[in-house]
Amino acid sequence: MRSFQTSNAPHMPQQISVAKVMLQVLLALVPGILAYTWYFGPGILVQILLATVFALLIEALFLRMRGRPLKPFIDDYSAVVTAVLFALCVPPLAPWWISLVGMLFAIGFAKHLYGGLGQNVFNPAMVGYVVVLISFPQAMTAWLPPVTLAEHSIGILDSLQVIFTGQVPIAGSWDAITQATPLDTLKTGIDSGRMISEIRQSPLFGDFGGLGWEWIANWFALGGIFLLYKRVISWQVPAAIIGSVILLSLPLWLADPDSSPFPLQHVFSGALVLAAFFIATDPVSGCVSPRGRLVFGAGVAVITLVIRRWGGYPDGVAFAVLLMNMAAPLIDRYTRPRIYGEKPDGRDKKNE
Amino acid sequence: MSQLSPFDLARDAGRHTHHFHGGLKLRHNKRISCQTPVERPPLPDILVVPLLQQAGDIARPLVEAGDLVLKGQQIGHCQNCVAVHAPTSGTVEAVEDRLMTHASGMTGLCVIIRPDGKDQWTRLEPLDHIADISPARLARQLQECGLAGLGGAVFPTHAKTLDGHQRQVHTLILNGAECEPYISCDEMLMREQPGKIILGARILRRALGAERVVIAIEDQMGAVHQALAYAADCAECTQITVVKVTTIYPEGGERQLIKVLTGLEVPLGGRPSDLGLVCQNVATAAAVAEAVSEGKPLIERYITVTGNGISRPRNLLALIGTPFYHLVDACGGYTGNVARLVVGGPMMGYPVSSDATPVVKAVNCILALTDKDIAAPQAEMPCIRCGECSRACPATLLPQQLHLQVNNGLWDEAEEYGLLACIECGCCDFVCPSHIPLVSWFRHGKDMLRQRADEAQATTLARQRFEAREVRLLRKKQARAEKMAKRKQMLQQKTATAQQTGKSAKGPEDA
Ligand code: SF4
Ligand code: SF4
Repeated sequence: MRSFQTSNAPHMPQQISVAKVMLQVLLALVPGILAYTWYFGPGILVQILLATVFALLIEALFLRMRGRPLKPFIDDYSAVVTAVLFALCVPPLAPWWISLVGMLFAIGFAKHLYGGLGQNVFNPAMVGYVVVLISFPQAMTAWLPPVTLAEHSIGILDSLQVIFTGQVPIAGSWDAITQATPLDTLKTGIDSGRMISEIRQSPLFGDFGGLGWEWIANWFALGGIFLLYKRVISWQVPAAIIGSVILLSLPLWLADPDSSPFPLQHVFSGALVLAAFFIATDPVSGCVSPRGRLVFGAGVAVITLVIRRWGGYPDGVAFAVLLMNMAAPLIDRYTRPRIYGEKPDGRDKKNE
Repeated sequence: MSQLSPFDLARDAGRHTHHFHGGLKLRHNKRISCQTPVERPPLPDILVVPLLQQAGDIARPLVEAGDLVLKGQQIGHCQNCVAVHAPTSGTVEAVEDRLMTHASGMTGLCVIIRPDGKDQWTRLEPLDHIADISPARLARQLQECGLAGLGGAVFPTHAKTLDGHQRQVHTLILNGAECEPYISCDEMLMREQPGKIILGARILRRALGAERVVIAIEDQMGAVHQALAYAADCAECTQITVVKVTTIYPEGGERQLIKVLTGLEVPLGGRPSDLGLVCQNVATAAAVAEAVSEGKPLIERYITVTGNGISRPRNLLALIGTPFYHLVDACGGYTGNVARLVVGGPMMGYPVSSDATPVVKAVNCILALTDKDIAAPQAEMPCIRCGECSRACPATLLPQQLHLQVNNGLWDEAEEYGLLACIECGCCDFVCPSHIPLVSWFRHGKDMLRQRADEAQATTLARQRFEAREVRLLRKKQARAEKMAKRKQMLQQKTATAQQTGKSAKGPEDA
């Protein structure tokens, strides 16, 4: 006769863990990040590193303050994912304290003050980004032109110098090395009454979106497809975002091609692809049911288009995601899947 | 417009196969226990026969310490549930509380029998000519032979049969889709005893008054299909179909299997008989055949003894009441360090704390797992709402929401979100990257919901009683008032006549 320890089912090793999910997301971001470096220089790598270090420090600090163990939470990589997504949204040569402020708000406020991993209502990376975007508009609009168009090439040492000291290495000044983003150019162009076909003459534009940007978007999409294949994300959110952007901008473009960009230009501009696969798919702050995720994605697309067209910011993806985060619980309420055996009109169950 | 009702649509069960939502493709690990033919292990030294082995009431013991019993003799009687029998001949050593074979690890009354080694049968009473026997008589035979569902739910077979007959079901589904990893006892039974299963199917069909039988097996059980098809090739076997279903856990769950075979869903809170269906396990059918054609009570069953912790994994035909360690010994004993001993499969099985636990009718598998087979316990993390659980849930629930609701005691919401429809299959647990013990939460939540329903019912009853009493009192009062009014009227009339005749002027009040 022998006795044994007892423990809950399942009595089989489980393959996945939060850390593994997050690592797959990071892996899927690699091609896009490499393309980013290729087109815009190594500044982005410095930003990623900075944001990651700050994210982990702040995560540790808040875990300590909340009296939580560091162990399972620090190495779940969720803070790293937030940091990398944030870094991908800020200009590559943004000063170092942008990351610090951004991560403080992302990890400290949006995540831990709401109760930590899994409890946050808002997408932490987007909270951090929007805070710095609104607080430091100047630093946040100092974008670089693609390396092929730049007059001065900015290497890793130059990047470090700019990021940490604010000193521009080249004789000129900020203006000599920075450049408005294609979306900015488009917006100011349209606002001053020029036609899109004219604006697109600028060398900043490629075939669809901005030069360089569109290829980065392609590589992010590739990473997104990897995540779909690995079933880390579900297809509903990216499909709804990209599909709705195309469907909604098509009639506008057909009606007025001079001041409405054509659908694929919308898709390949700004952070839309990144958001579709990596940001709006954040499960914690999104919807749970498949139908809810479709609604969520469509909402992000609509708000983005509205902000791009009428809002004060050239790209509205971050705001769109945050606004839909607020709507998510409500959407969830109305999109609960039909339970096995439930009448098709499930909501009347109680009145039967 | 004539639209067929689900009840009639379900008559087509098994003609096409369908899919259910979610589910998991698991490594089945079944081959290791299917290599050798099934054998009876030697008689154990001691048998511990629990008097509660099925859902429902506990049986009343018919023997006491010192009694001699024969194999197959009834030792426990039960009005509303099923009888319990002595698995072999011997002496009753005690009737006392022992650890029962149950997830909760509770104790209960057991009959302890010391076998005399003669294995001497009592007189059995088979029924002949099943075609002439009434469904009610068949059901009684099943109850007397202690038949309960051998798939794990151990619902008394006779009750299910009577209910099905009353509700005029048309199709009997025999469940041979053994979807949990490691377990192969039904597969071995179907390979070795196909004739008994087919005979049992015919008996059950007769008892139910059903027309068709659909036997569902997994698509990877090649040999089984041949064996069953061969056995079902007889004059009386018309309308018995063997259907292969895709192996995906938990397609052997009653509701999932019905969806696969019919494309229809059992209504929420309803039963398969709402669709004209009754499900029985194939092993139950074989036991039914023995109970009716041989009069043999349910005293033994096929059990898979397997896992990396067992030297020679295999299937055994074990007597009810046999302690697990005896079966393990019959399989060459343990290998290395066994970390966990599980009753049932790795998904829905429960661990036991001792291998002295006895075999009961519900035990289909004893699984000995080593450290390698079970992951090191991983820290439970908060839910990240990744949706893996809802993607895997065969009941189309949102386990992440249910977890939140149960956790916070939001019982109304939990009920609305279908907590009671959870079949506790464990798919959500298995895929959860945060390693949340979701099913344990749901079991607790379901208990709470049931308790709440009971309380609500008790209050309603009390209120109804109170109201009934009020009504009764009111009626009494009214009746009395009416009576008085009538009398008054009569008197008034009398007075009036008297006045008319001028005899008396007395008012009725004074009367
Ligand atoms: S699988 Fe686990 S972590 Fe993911 S949503 Fe479900 S309960 Fe939450
Ligand atoms: S245990 Fe319940 S909630 Fe979890 S997957 Fe199975 S049916 Fe769904």
